[in-house]
Amino acid sequence: MNRSILIIGVGNPYRCDDSAGLSVLKLLHKYNLNNVHLMERSGEGSDIMEIWKEHNFVIIVDAVQSNAKPGTIHRIDALQNEVPTDFFHYSTHAFGMAEAVEMARMLDELPAHLLIYGIEGKLFKIGKDISPEVQEAIETVINEILEKIKEIQMQELEHA
Amino acid sequence: MNVLSRSKTIKVDYLARVEGEGALFIKIKNNELEYCKLKIFEPPRFFEAFLQGRSFKEAPDITARICGICPIAYIMSSIHAMERILGLQIGGQLRELRRLVYCGEWIESHVLHVFMLHAPDFLGYQDAIQLAGDKPELVKMALRLKKAGNELVRLLGGREIHPINIKVGGFYKVPEKADFASLLEELKWAKDASIEAVNVAKSLECPDFNQNYEFVALHHPDEYPFNEGKLISNTGLDIDIKEYEDHFEEIHIEHSNALQSIHKGHGNYFVGPMARYNLNYDQLSDLTKQVAVDIGYDRQVTNPFQSIVVRSLETVYAIDEAIRIIENYEKPDKPAVEYEIKPGIGWGSTEAPRGILYHRYEIDEKGIIKTAKIVPPTAQNQGRIEEDLSNFIPQFLSLNDEDLTWKCEQAVRNYDPCISCATHFLKLEIERI
Repeated sequence: MNRSILIIGVGNPYRCDDSAGLSVLKLLHKYNLNNVHLMERSGEGSDIMEIWKEHNFVIIVDAVQSNAKPGTIHRIDALQNEVPTDFFHYSTHAFGMAEAVEMARMLDELPAHLLIYGIEGKLFKIGKDISPEVQEAIETVINEILEKIKEIQMQELEHA
Repeated sequence: MNVLSRSKTIKVDYLARVEGEGALFIKIKNNELEYCKLKIFEPPRFFEAFLQGRSFKEAPDITARICGICPIAYIMSSIHAMERILGLQIGGQLRELRRLVYCGEWIESHVLHVFMLHAPDFLGYQDAIQLAGDKPELVKMALRLKKAGNELVRLLGGREIHPINIKVGGFYKVPEKADFASLLEELKWAKDASIEAVNVAKSLECPDFNQNYEFVALHHPDEYPFNEGKLISNTGLDIDIKEYEDHFEEIHIEHSNALQSIHKGHGNYFVGPMARYNLNYDQLSDLTKQVAVDIGYDRQVTNPFQSIVVRSLETVYAIDEAIRIIENYEKPDKPAVEYEIKPGIGWGSTEAPRGILYHRYEIDEKGIIKTAKIVPPTAQNQGRIEEDLSNFIPQFLSLNDEDLTWKCEQAVRNYDPCISCATHFLKLEIERI
């Protein structure tokens, strides 16, 4: 098992706020983080299930559209809580991230630690604009992830 | 009860990610079907404008972003169109590698659709998660099969998602023969697994719903079509792809954001696995034909619910073809051929997992794109999907809404409508801390 941290950014760069996860990833690249893998993904679920297999600590950042205020940050510890797949009940094409998490749970293939950040978007039209609320949330998420990385790496050192 | 109170509208969201952007609307009035409208969202319109003013070299990488599931199709159709302008003919091992990466995309896309999306409908499961609960070994087999496709795309495309290694003239880098060693072993496992998958698909109970279709697909005399061929149909169409717009036109449909394609003078038509299979049976590999014979399958399939079996047969073909190409592979001297930029108009059509994907570009003497046109397979199938659903639904109007919705979802999935090019966000209605 790879003890490094895997961070997956999910989104479409041409759908405005949908690219929030990709923006987080792009900015994290600048920190040259040790022992942290950064991966961009489109959101196809079985692919995500495959790439997290080798990692103990996995963080996923994706855009969310619910009725919350734009810029709201949803934090889900997927080991503790189900990702609500009932919202996906009507989907006939997408096998997305929520399905991936719940299927992995069913097959006992979840990573030991899986944290999901969902950034509530406002603009999902075609284009490359990111709304100010989402931009602010992106920065908050980056800071939280950096803190989380420190915390995980400290714990690893203590257990080493 | 007055007439109004007896009418109901059922909305089947087949695009959960974007409420209202992709949906099937069914209106039932006095227990009769009033209409069935498919609303799909189609990003290529945006990309056609976005490409104008860009270099011809950027078209493959930009259009690859249209779809997270079939980027190779977008890359290949744009590359073939550009190479037609430049007068390039790519042969030998570079051509083989292009077929190989396409094999990877078909394997990924078909396995995802057959097992994660469509099989649960036939087996009475709410979704693939329930299927995984009851048949974990089957789902694990499917995930491993799909991974073999991912690996092919990763090896040749540089990465699984939005591949970046394929360009006009060839590739940026080509693999060593040794790079395929472990993947070849996995593909040999995948070959047996894919045959098992065909048997699973064939065992599914399938509604009796044979229709009269005009099938349209690429056709090449010597190979099952991926990248090249003439465009043919079972009603006598036989054209160079250059003539596509002489024979097909896109019409605006009020209820849909997308344009709907029709074959001029004929009407709706059907592209995708069934069209390819019916028009190119002779070009399938011996193994694939044998598997089809073993399950007692006809050379002609006209029931769209059988598309799950055809996708499984095409998966066998893609794996068999990938093994053939890898076993015969010799690294080419150069990863790409050289060329000089020249102005002109070019056309490209390749067989995306869901059917023909047409691109046309006009570039100037500096290689700047002046105009672009992209017609994806789902837009071509849209009219036919509505027609089929209008024929299919009336026999089930006595079902309750939940069961009717289920039937409609299963039916819509026959066409594997491509909406992955829309947004990719997690739809949530509750917050968790």
